[in-house]
Amino acid sequence: MASFKPTKIQVYPKLGEKVTQDTLYWKNYKAPVQIKEFGAVTSIDFSPVTPHNFAVTAFTRIHIYGPFSQEPVKSFTRFKDTAYCGRFRSDGQLLVAGCEDSVVRLFDVSGKVALRLFKGHTKAVHLTDFTSDRYQILTGSDDYTCRLWDIPNATELTTYREHTDYIRCGVTSKLNRDLFITGSYDHTVKLFDARVEKSVITMDHGQPVESVLLYPSEGLLVSAGGRHVKVWDLLKGGQPLVSLKNHHKTVTSLALSSNGQRLLSASLDRHVKVYSTTNYKVVHNFDYAASILSLALAPDDESIVVGMTNSILSIKHRKNQEDSKEIAGQQRRRPSYRVFVKGKNYVPKQDDYLVSKPVKEHLAKYDKQLRRFNVSKALDTALETWIRFRKPEITMAVIKELDRRGTLKNALAGRDERGLSQLLNFLIGNFVDARFTPVLVTAAEMILDIYQSIIGQSPLVDRQLLRLQDLVEKELDYQKELLEVLGMLDTMFASSLPRKEVPCSGIGKSNGLTQGEPTTLDWV
Amino acid sequence: MVEHGDIRVVHCGGSKLNFRDPVITHDSRFLLCASGEAVKVFSTSTEECIHELRGHTGLVTGVLLRPSNHLQVYSSSLDGTVRLWDFTDGILIKTCVIGYPIYSFYASAKHENVIFIVTSMPSEKRAERFQLVAVHLPQSGDQLVEARELSAVLSGVNPNPAAIAFGRGGEFIASVNDLQLEVYFFKKQKSYRFFLKEDNKKGGWNTFTCVACHPKDDCIATGHEDGKIRLWRNFNHKKEYTYSTLHWHHSAVSSLCFTPEGTNLLSGGVESVLIQWRYKQESERDFLPRLGAAITHITVSPDGSLFCTSHSDNKITIIQSCVKVSAVIQGLVKGDSIRTDLMMDPRSKALVLNGKPGHLQFYSLQRDKLLYNLDIVQQEYIHESGLQQFEVVKAAFDASGLWLATVEERHQKAAELELNLKLWAFDEQTQSFVLNTTISAPHDAQITAMSFRQTADSQTTLLVSTSKDGHFKAWQLAAPAHTEDEGPSWLCDFVGAYHGLVPECCSFSADGSLLAVAFQEVVTVWSPATWELLTTLSQPPGAVSDLCFGRLSCSKYLLGTTASNLLCCWNLLTCSLEWSTSMDVRRLLVDPLSENMAAFCYQSGSTDLFVFKPSEPRPLFSRKAVCSGKVTQAVFAPREEMLESCEESSQWLNRSQLYFLTQQMDLMTFTTKAEEDRLLASSKQLVIDDSVAMTPFYLLLGKHRQQQQEHRDSDSSLWAERTALPQTSASIKELLQTPAHVLPSTSYLCSMFVQSLLISVSDAREEKAHAEEEMESEKEEEDSEEEMESSRSKPELVAAATESDAPALTKAQARELRRVRKLDHSWLAGLLDS
Repeated sequence: MASFKPTKIQVYPKLGEKVTQDTLYWKNYKAPVQIKEFGAVTSIDFSPVTPHNFAVTAFTRIHIYGPFSQEPVKSFTRFKDTAYCGRFRSDGQLLVAGCEDSVVRLFDVSGKVALRLFKGHTKAVHLTDFTSDRYQILTGSDDYTCRLWDIPNATELTTYREHTDYIRCGVTSKLNRDLFITGSYDHTVKLFDARVEKSVITMDHGQPVESVLLYPSEGLLVSAGGRHVKVWDLLKGGQPLVSLKNHHKTVTSLALSSNGQRLLSASLDRHVKVYSTTNYKVVHNFDYAASILSLALAPDDESIVVGMTNSILSIKHRKNQEDSKEIAGQQRRRPSYRVFVKGKNYVPKQDDYLVSKPVKEHLAKYDKQLRRFNVSKALDTALETWIRFRKPEITMAVIKELDRRGTLKNALAGRDERGLSQLLNFLIGNFVDARFTPVLVTAAEMILDIYQSIIGQSPLVDRQLLRLQDLVEKELDYQKELLEVLGMLDTMFASSLPRKEVPCSGIGKSNGLTQGEPTTLDWV
Repeated sequence: MVEHGDIRVVHCGGSKLNFRDPVITHDSRFLLCASGEAVKVFSTSTEECIHELRGHTGLVTGVLLRPSNHLQVYSSSLDGTVRLWDFTDGILIKTCVIGYPIYSFYASAKHENVIFIVTSMPSEKRAERFQLVAVHLPQSGDQLVEARELSAVLSGVNPNPAAIAFGRGGEFIASVNDLQLEVYFFKKQKSYRFFLKEDNKKGGWNTFTCVACHPKDDCIATGHEDGKIRLWRNFNHKKEYTYSTLHWHHSAVSSLCFTPEGTNLLSGGVESVLIQWRYKQESERDFLPRLGAAITHITVSPDGSLFCTSHSDNKITIIQSCVKVSAVIQGLVKGDSIRTDLMMDPRSKALVLNGKPGHLQFYSLQRDKLLYNLDIVQQEYIHESGLQQFEVVKAAFDASGLWLATVEERHQKAAELELNLKLWAFDEQTQSFVLNTTISAPHDAQITAMSFRQTADSQTTLLVSTSKDGHFKAWQLAAPAHTEDEGPSWLCDFVGAYHGLVPECCSFSADGSLLAVAFQEVVTVWSPATWELLTTLSQPPGAVSDLCFGRLSCSKYLLGTTASNLLCCWNLLTCSLEWSTSMDVRRLLVDPLSENMAAFCYQSGSTDLFVFKPSEPRPLFSRKAVCSGKVTQAVFAPREEMLESCEESSQWLNRSQLYFLTQQMDLMTFTTKAEEDRLLASSKQLVIDDSVAMTPFYLLLGKHRQQQQEHRDSDSSLWAERTALPQTSASIKELLQTPAHVLPSTSYLCSMFVQSLLISVSDAREEKAHAEEEMESEKEEEDSEEEMESSRSKPELVAAATESDAPALTKAQARELRRVRKLDHSWLAGLLDS
């Protein structure tokens, strides 16, 4: 007596992205916390010291959030106009921000009122930063100048007037107090040395530069502008290394993951892309609801903070390993390993008489019903909500099996409104899936044959049938278009391929009879 | 015309087992069944064939235990004789000539020395009618007797043996035919007939199919075409008979049987479910489902402990009455058509063809035994007629036997064709094939041919499949695309086409450097390395139907057969036709071990065979009318050991044997005289061996000799069959259980065993030590070798001592002793260790 062979569930090749180490890493974040700000979030900066608060610049305010708080820990509101680029000093004590009214303000993080005001720019200041010696401030403005200021006495030290358009981004070197980089809408990125009067290296990005980023080693510079992200080698005097074009709208913000292995770019096209810094291939992709203006990563990638044009700040925290474990532990105490192993590892002695116990085979519910030839029940089981939505291939396998047994019609027949609408729902959901179409066409034809008499009795079923019809028509049009495209491609390929000599070796024409008549044997 | 003095065409193996219902002996140890022209005796516990009772010259149509002597068995045959056998020894006791072909026969304990046979009625020639005749067997001591005392009992009976049954120990006989049940009472010499109405209303067919009678009660059970079982009672009155109906089967009941005590009724049919109905409580029934194939016969052993069912796939299942399958005797499964070609498994040297639906069967030709069935489709088979199910249509092995490719298809009207290409890898651990890759819908249309590249290096395995969709595809084993995947799988490497023509067949050259694909009239030759079309050859008119590359010295030739009855041979060096001959070749074969090729040609109703070398103008061997009908399946099977034949005409059979399937699905082969002589000699040898007296000592020694032999050829046999080696402890037990009075003197035995123990233990230790020391240094290794030598010399000394101890031994005893000494006694060491 052979045992019942369970229904074979076809394994379909997994479509879409492959599961890699990176996807696992970047998917390991909790659902985002969303905070409504007063306006578009233009800048986010993490404090370098624990507890790694971050400053969010939006409209006329700068809010400072703690790592886990959803309410601002502190807010700076003394701006006359839109604030820009709130940045922490490397000791986390001071915060500098530019403003639409061209005044640069310096705040104590614990205080409320600006400690210093730096006046001198004539237009909005979009770039502010501290130099690495902590005593100077770099600013860049829409008046095409960038300046260095002395913090203690709030005086201007130097002015650079090399850019010919708005300066919108820049960064100071963390290793050298005299080096800083600015990016401008005149398509250039310039490296300045405060010890000399002018820029040292000029790199042409090709588009208005929106963001620049220095690698921790400061040998490489990343600039973003237009749809491009470009990487420059500073040690080779600003030689372009890579140009990445993975976004389809302007890239607005850049960030590096904490170990420096991954580069993140955010764009107005609502995506954040993660690149590997070894081969500059996109390894992961995040989608957001609106165009992204600013992006920042907490140290150790503990959280990803994204600011968007719709004034929403989205914070994703990394999932904690311990958390998930604790939850599992609370849920159920599993029996110990000993319980499972008990008696299994007993090795029979030589004279022992072995009594073999029949192994009880486990069958899925639909298989049990198929074994008993309960075809309708098997189909019902396969159409249960969970299976229908999560594992349509199981439903498909059961339908296929019923078709093979020639009992699909029996199984489909005799359903009430609810059952029928369930069935039609499944059809509508999976009908155009190329993997399932061949089987579902048969099933759909049978359903129409069986239930044509009841059309018009139930509005629900009628609506679903109309939807199905709609779907089929759309699919037909779509297939037709695809065939047209295929035809076009074929002609293109045919004309582009070089015409090749058919290797007939001159024998084809004489049917292989070159050297006189072949011998004709007569064995019979 | 080449003379063919000593080559014969013979049937080989795989005869039908399910033709008639088998018989279980009284002690339930043996099962007898008719198989072709012989009766086979199987052991019910080991499933092995013990004897073959040969002697009939026609198909055996029935086997019955002799009611008066349960150690003897009658068999009837179409040759018009009934033979009486002693089945335990396989001896023919008596032959009784009746003179008419016997279609089925019956006997009962009540009718001493009378058997009832069904023969065709001699008068009517037009439509064959059959009658039941009682034959009185003459009592005489002669081997050959003639029975002339015939008396007709019933006429117009069904020749199917299930249609007649004896009731109540032979008081009456019940016979069914069409819509009529006839009961004949011997005492009253009177018969009653009961008719059923022809009832086609609900698709029901009332036609009787089988009958069974209750052994104690007046009750007749009949099975019907529509799946109903009727239980007839009170039938000894013409009018007041009654019947009750049982219905479970959805199609015809093919067999019915009461258990000896009459407590249960067994029934079976196409559903392949054995049903056990409780007599008088018919609502209670037990099922034994999924027996594999439609049940054709059911029998019960006389003590009721064993049931046995015959199945349509040439199988007998033995079931313990607690509804549990205990043994399966499986013959070569012969379906209505062999869709896959005959093939040889390069590893087990087994014949491979499709057997049970959805399975490939591996059949050992040497041992005439089914090795195993490989489930290809892996789907529950629904036993229902008219249902289209997946069928294995193509299969191919690669040269090393590591890979097996199978194609299964299901063709349903209205729906599109479902095709699956499966690739199986041989697993060393389980010694069977494991599914590696399933490719669903590899082609848009049916696959016409499939071929592996037959190269020795297994690294670059390549499979080519050609299909009616006008393409041929090359499949290659590719490393996994992602590191997470388990292992390599098969991917499509190349898709080729030629002017939209349909490729019919393909073939790789012996070295794998060329691929020939025949697109109707054109043969295209490709290079598998670059997938470049090298050349085209053609010989119109007529599409090319078979392609073969020559081998060894003839590897420059490509042979093809065309639909216009031409056999063409192209020379690939000159790309021209070398020769052609006009014949209707149905199957062209190449011998994998030589240059020879075989062509089966169909001519005027029969098939001719030509064996030739492509380079020589004359065929090596030709034989007209090998068999009637067409031969489309044949295979060259490599021999295990080369035959040394000096005659020229039979030299082609030296390396391999040619097997073919006739249209009647008979497996035939060619044998030479020398081979037959050798076989005969070996069988005689076997007889002599058996005749040695079965003393316990012989048992002990004989078993060990067998074991040694098995060890010696374990390489080949272990691959081929998964037979477990016999337990050594059993033989020890035998020694210990042997009564003391039959053992030789203790001193004689003791010294011998002690010696043997010493030797074996030291040997084992030496081996261990040897292995350890090997790692340390060469010098020590030398030492250990010296030690071993010394230990080897020890037994000689001791043996000499024993011989001097017992000088009274005869020469024969001394010889026996020497042989004992040579035997492997390591099993005793195993005993000591444990």
